[in-house]
This record gives sequence, structure tokens and C-alpha cells, in this order.
Amino acid sequence: MSTAVLHPETDGHAVGREVMLRADKVTMKFGGLTAVDSVDMTVHNGEIVGLIGPNGAGKTTFFNCLTGMYLPTSGQVTFNGSVLPPKPREVVKAGMARTFQNIRLFPNMTALENVMVGRYCRTSSGAFTSIIHGPKYRAEEIATRERAAELLDFVGLGGEGGHLARNMPYGNQRRLEIARALATDPKLLLLDEPTAGMNPQETKDAEELIFRIRDTGLAIVVIEHDMKFIFNLCDRVLCLVRGKVLIEGTAGEVQSDPRVIEAYIGSPKTKENPDA
Amino acid sequence: MTASATTRQRAYNVERIVGLVGGLIFAVSAFFPWAYGHEALDDMAYFGSPSPLQWFAVVMALALINCLAASLLEPTLNNSTGFLKLLGRISKRFGWIRGARALAIGMLAYAVLAILAVALELNGLVNLEMGAWVALVGAGIAFGSSMMLPTGRAPFLERIPSYPVLEIATIALLLMGMLFASAYALSQEDGGTFLMVLVFIGALAGFAIGSGFGSWVATAGRRHRTVLVSSAFLVAFLFPFTQNGSDANMSIATQVLIFAATAVGLNIVVGLAGLLDLGYIAFLGAGAFTAAVLSESAFATINWHPPFIVVMLLSGCISATLGLIIGSPTLRVSGDYLAIVTLAFGEIFRITMNNLDGSSGPNLVHGSSGIPAIPNLNFFGFDFGQSHVVAGIELGRFANYFFLMLVIMSIIILVFTRLNHSRIGRGWVAIREDERAAEAMGVNVFGLKLLAFAGGAFLAGFAGAVKAHVDVSVVPDQYVFLESAFLLAAIVLGGMGTVMGVLLGATLLKLVPEKLRFMSDYRMLIFGLLMVVMMRFRPEGIIPNQRRALEFHVDDEELVEDVEERLPYEFVEFEEVPA
Ligand SMILES: Nc1ncnc2c1ncn2[C@@H]1O[C@H](COP(=O)(O)OP(=O)(O)OP(=O)(O)O)[C@@H](O)[C@H]1O
Ligand SMILES: [Mg+2]
Repeated sequence: MSTAVLHPETDGHAVGREVMLRADKVTMKFGGLTAVDSVDMTVHNGEIVGLIGPNGAGKTTFFNCLTGMYLPTSGQVTFNGSVLPPKPREVVKAGMARTFQNIRLFPNMTALENVMVGRYCRTSSGAFTSIIHGPKYRAEEIATRERAAELLDFVGLGGEGGHLARNMPYGNQRRLEIARALATDPKLLLLDEPTAGMNPQETKDAEELIFRIRDTGLAIVVIEHDMKFIFNLCDRVLCLVRGKVLIEGTAGEVQSDPRVIEAYIGSPKTKENPDA
Repeated sequence: MTASATTRQRAYNVERIVGLVGGLIFAVSAFFPWAYGHEALDDMAYFGSPSPLQWFAVVMALALINCLAASLLEPTLNNSTGFLKLLGRISKRFGWIRGARALAIGMLAYAVLAILAVALELNGLVNLEMGAWVALVGAGIAFGSSMMLPTGRAPFLERIPSYPVLEIATIALLLMGMLFASAYALSQEDGGTFLMVLVFIGALAGFAIGSGFGSWVATAGRRHRTVLVSSAFLVAFLFPFTQNGSDANMSIATQVLIFAATAVGLNIVVGLAGLLDLGYIAFLGAGAFTAAVLSESAFATINWHPPFIVVMLLSGCISATLGLIIGSPTLRVSGDYLAIVTLAFGEIFRITMNNLDGSSGPNLVHGSSGIPAIPNLNFFGFDFGQSHVVAGIELGRFANYFFLMLVIMSIIILVFTRLNHSRIGRGWVAIREDERAAEAMGVNVFGLKLLAFAGGAFLAGFAGAVKAHVDVSVVPDQYVFLESAFLLAAIVLGGMGTVMGVLLGATLLKLVPEKLRFMSDYRMLIFGLLMVVMMRFRPEGIIPNQRRALEFHVDDEELVEDVEERLPYEFVEFEEVPA
């Protein structure tokens, strides 16, 4: 039941678009530490949302809650109108895929194979058809291979499919991780610091890639520390500080908010790392 | 070339020449007697007429001389023109020094073994003739000098142009060679001789792998997969015909085959899915007990005797069910727990069987005395207990079971390889590499683990059903933890995730103890040492899966380069291998 319900905080950008993802008071506690503190977030179709915040703000933890890798202490996540169970596999099936802050490819598989693994949840040939090489197996295997090659082309890794993931340059590994996530046919893509460790040229390429992904009709949530990148890219930006949403708004609004600068640079009261 | 490099090159030339001399000495020693007595080994007491074992020494020495000479001549060839230059270019792709090292190690082991065997069999070192000592010196020189030589680049022969006819002929020849070699090795009554034949075969294999010839054959094999597989089975099928109705060897061969088939099944669980199962033998046992209880033995406790096909399927299903029962609660937690639970399960199975004796529990299997007198199988009037004469050669009871096991083995191998190359196989690799990431990418981690576990159990049940009939009786104490450990060792030794590796590992682990009964007291000691050595020098096993090798060598850049270069030859399934 994905009607055009608008979240109270939505700005002009998303008016008339359908809500795809809604996080409702998501809280994650690790013992005494509240890493994510009743965070609300909505993502609409075709939107790019930025998630910023100093180190340790809880951005990655929030992603883990969204994708079912953590079971939130409280709160719930609704995707396209239905509540997501906290199981990564179900989340992927529902249409949400992610990349990792510290790249987590399958290092000893080739680039092509990595992407083919992403197709796992969209294919279904079982043991029997695989053993007898049944028609379903053949058809699916060929389709999987073709789709994976296509995706490698899409992210700019055409022709690199035969390399072992662990032997690829850093920037290409990031692209490969995106291709692998795209292979799951997601409707929403979560990117955790996709340009970390990249040079300016690579960052520009990544930006262009993210726009191209959005143009294929996906919504995207991206965590980044590179403000120029974020404000260029995002329709809307959420700033998280110590687990709480500090401010949410358009890039312009967030950019000019003194509290955001304070959160990063630090005021006399906080001990946040300024090199974030 | 700088001055120092020239000196170094020259210095290595000295070592090459010294190595050549060592090889020559080793070869010449074969024409001298090695022992005084005729009883030792295969009678090495003659001057000028070498025994078969001594001829093997000559073969090894010639191969070594070939390696060292080729590497010595390489610069000269490369500086010449025409045909010689072409020869040089081809020679460059070989790993001559690697091959030489393998041979030299083999030669040294060969000489030491010969000396030990003669001394043991004839009581004392005095029974050794000059020849043996000369051989030892020659091997020592060859070993020392080849170890000092730099190994250089890994060989790369895959792209050498060749003709399909040549490739197929090589495959066929090699397989025939293997048939004769295994028949010859098995026919050796003398333990020392048997061991030396093994060392000889091992040295040649090491030479082939080191020099790069092995990878050429492997590529050829991949290109002509059907030829390779069908001729391998033909060779296995022909094996009983080389035995002249000898039941002793056929019995060993059948046991090896049962063990190997079980090990290949376990390799799905361990090598492909990466699950450490320490109680796998229980699944074999479950299959065997099912078949025993349903057999027409007078001691069978269930009065229902369905056809053997049904029994086999039932055995598989019961094993698989046990697998599901053990697997579903434990596969959710991480690896170490599974190892402990399966270890316990193996013991629980054995103890339970011991207690199903009518006093501690229901009388299902007569407790520790088990079910004896299981009759031979009978397929539509074909009695497995009878000898049959085919083409003038008598095929006894064990040969019949050997053929049956061959069929089962091919089913298990088919399941293994097909699953390995499917969507499911990719899922298993992903789980091994990074379980959390695999899950986050939508791989059904739990389901795939359970599939491997229960599937492996099913195949073990299959093999167990045949084992019950081969062994005639089924006793709980056949299915102890040690057997599980041996199965696992076959995989670790042979190679994780490959069929060839496990076949080799299983054959070695089962066959060698059978042939070396006089050393049975030290069996565990040798076995343990072997494992330690493997873990230290080649943790991925003798013939590993490329990917497994990579997993074991996280920092080995050279290996990565090597594998990448071969990638199109390793992982390609559908497209033709590019020329
Ligand atoms: N599994 C865990 N157990 C305990 N504490 C955790 C766990 N994961 C994260 N934390 C803590 O939660 C807080 C938020 O961590 P998180 O990784 O989400 O920050 P982040 O915003 O992604 O930071 P960065 O920008 O450095 O990636 C940190 O204080 C971290 O130490
Ligand atoms: Mg983070």
C-alpha cells in the first residue's frame, strides 16, 4: 500500500513522490551505549538522501539496522508499505541492497563471480536441476552471467570481469561492490562511504555513477564524510550526531546550519574528532 | 648484464653442473649392486643388470639431467637463431629448476629408503653394497645443488600451441600409464618395494607439476573433459582385469573405493561449503546399519527386504535425516561449535548402536556384536558373490563390488562437480569467503549449509549401504572417530575442494597402511608427522582447488598473479576456452 503519504518533515523535493522506506524511531543500544537513538527517516522513490555525521555518530549502525544485520532495540523499518523482518536475506529480497564501509567483497572470487553471487536471490535453480544440468539451470546460468557482465559494464568495469577481486585497485573494488549490490535488483541502494580513500577524479567518477544509478529509477541513501560530494549529490541530507538526528533538510539548509559545522569542528563541550 | 649478475649466473652454472654430475652418479649407481642378498627389495644384487627399482632410479636421474641441462643451455639457445631459438623460447616456459628440485627430493628419499629397507630386511647395514652408497651420494649432491638454485618464475605452459590429437593422446597415455603403475604397485608384496615405487611415482608427479607439464596436461584435460572423464572411468573399469582374479588386491581396491567415495562426499561439506564435520563416519554407519537391518541376513531384525535400490535410497534418506537433525540447530552458530557437535554426534551414534542390543534398548542391531552374515547382493539374478569369467579373466566377488562402487563413485563425483559449478557452488564460496557479506547479498546461508550437510550425509548413506554387503558384517566399532579423522585427513592431504585431490589422498591413506602392515605399530606416528608436514608446507593439500590455495595464502602475491594468469582456464564453464 504505497500511497503518496508524505512524512511531516518532507520538503518540496519529494512532494508527490511515494514513500519507499520509512524508518520509525529506530534505536540501537550496545549495552550502555545508544549508538542509534530513535532515528526517523523517509526515502522517496528516485531520491538521493545523504547521511552525514562525525565519526561514531551511528551512521553505519543505522544502516545495519535498516538492512537487518542488527536487530534494532526498538523501532521498525517499513519498506514499500510492509514491515521488514530483521533478516538480511528478506531485506535484499524486498529490494534493498547495500555496500560496506570497509569493502567486503569475496576476495578470492573473480569480479564477474562476485556480481553473479549478487544474482543469487533472484534465481532459484536448486540442487537437482544443477546436478542434471536441466533446462532451468542452463537458462538461469546464462542469464546470470549476462546480467553480471552487463552490470560490470554499467559501473565501468567492462573487461575486468576475470580479475580476482582481491587483486583489483581500490577504486575498482568500490565499483565492484556497487555492481554486486545492483545485481540483487534493488529498488533502494544504501552506500556506506562510497568514496572513502578515493582521489578527486575517482570521486567525480563515483558521483557520476551514482547519478546514473538514480536515473535508472533507484532511490539511494549515501553515507559520506566528503561534504562537497554530499551536497552536490543529494536531494536531502540527514545529519546524525551521537545517534540522534540533528537536522534534516535540503543540501542548502543543512550546509548552512551552524549546528552541523559545530558537530564536525566541535564546540568546547564535545570531544569529536575534527578530522572527520 | 652487470658484472655481478654475470658472476651470479656463472655461480649458478657451477651448481647446475654439480647437480648434473650428481644425477649422473645416481644413474650409474643403478648398474652396480645395491645389496648383498637377493631377498632384499626386488633383488638388487647384480652387476650391470639393474632390477626394476634400479631402472626407476635411472629414469629419475635422466629426468633430473634433462631439467638441469635444459636450464643450463637456455641462455645459449635464446642467443641462437632458427629452430634452436624456438626451442629456447619453449624451454623458457618450463619450470626446470622446480622440476629438478622435486626429482632431487625424490631421489634422496629413494636412496634413503632403499638403504633402510635393505638394512631392515637383511638385518644390518653391512648387507649394503657400494652401489647403494654411491646412489645416496649422487642423490645428496643433486639435492644440495638443486636446492641452491633459484626457482625462478612459475612455469606457464597453458598457452603453448598444441594439437587436439596430441592432447588426447597424452591424456590416454597418461591414464594407461596410471593403470599399469597402480597394478604394478599393488602387485608388490614387499612393503619396501611398494614404498619405493610410490616415491618414484611421486617424484615423477612432482617433476611434472614443477616443470609445468602438469598444468599443460590439466589444461588439455579441461579442453577435452569428456575424453578425460570417460577414459578415466574406462581405466578404473579395466583395473580388475589386471588382477587375474586376485581377491586380495581387489578387496583392498574395493575398500579404497568405498573410502574415497565417502571422502569425496565429505569434501562437499568440508571443501565446498567449508563446514568442519568431525563425525561424518556416523552417516556412513547409518547407511550401513540400515542396509544390514533390511538385508536377508538371519540376524536382520526387520522382516522386510526391499530391492537393493530401495535400500540404498532409504539408507541415504536416513543418513540425510540424521544430518538435518544435527545440522538444523548447529549450523546457525559459527564453525567451531559445529566441529564439536559433529564430533559428539559421531560418538553418540556409535554408543547408541552399541546399546540397541535388547537389554539397554530395543534390539535393533544386536549391540556391539552387530549384524553378521549379510548375504551378497543379487541384482536380477546376478549374484555378487559369484566369480564370473569375462574375456578369459576371472572377476571375483570383490571385482563385482568394485564395479558397483564405481557406479556410486561416479554419481558422487557428478554431484560434487556439478554443484561446485552451479549457483549453489558460488553461494558456498561466498559463504566461505565472508559469511556476513554473503548474507547481506541475499545468499541463503543457513539453507546452503544445511544442503551441504544433509546432501553429504545422503551420499555417505549410499556408500554405507554397499559397504554393509562388502564387509559381510556391520559392527558399531567400525565407525569410530578415528575413521572420521582419516576421512578428513584424506581431504587435507589430497586437496580441499577437488575430486582428484581427494581420490589421491584417500588412495594413499587407505592403500599404504594395507601394504605396510609390518609398520602398523607406527601408523599413527607417521600419519601425525605427515599431517604436521603438510600443514607447514602445503596446507591446501597436494592437488588443491585454486581458490582454496588462495584462501590459505593470503599474502602470496606470486600465487595471485599465477592464478590470475590461469583464470580463464580455471573457472570458465560455458564459453569455450580462448585459444
Ligand atoms: N557491534 C558493536 N558493538 C558495540 N558497539 C558498537 C558496535 N558497532 C558500533 N558500535 C559503536 O556505536 C557507535 C557508532 O558506530 P558507527 O560505526 O555506526 O559510527 P559511524 O557513524 O559509522 O562512524 P564512521 O564515520 O567512523 O564510520 C560507535 O561508538 C561504535 O563504537
Ligand atoms: Mg561508518
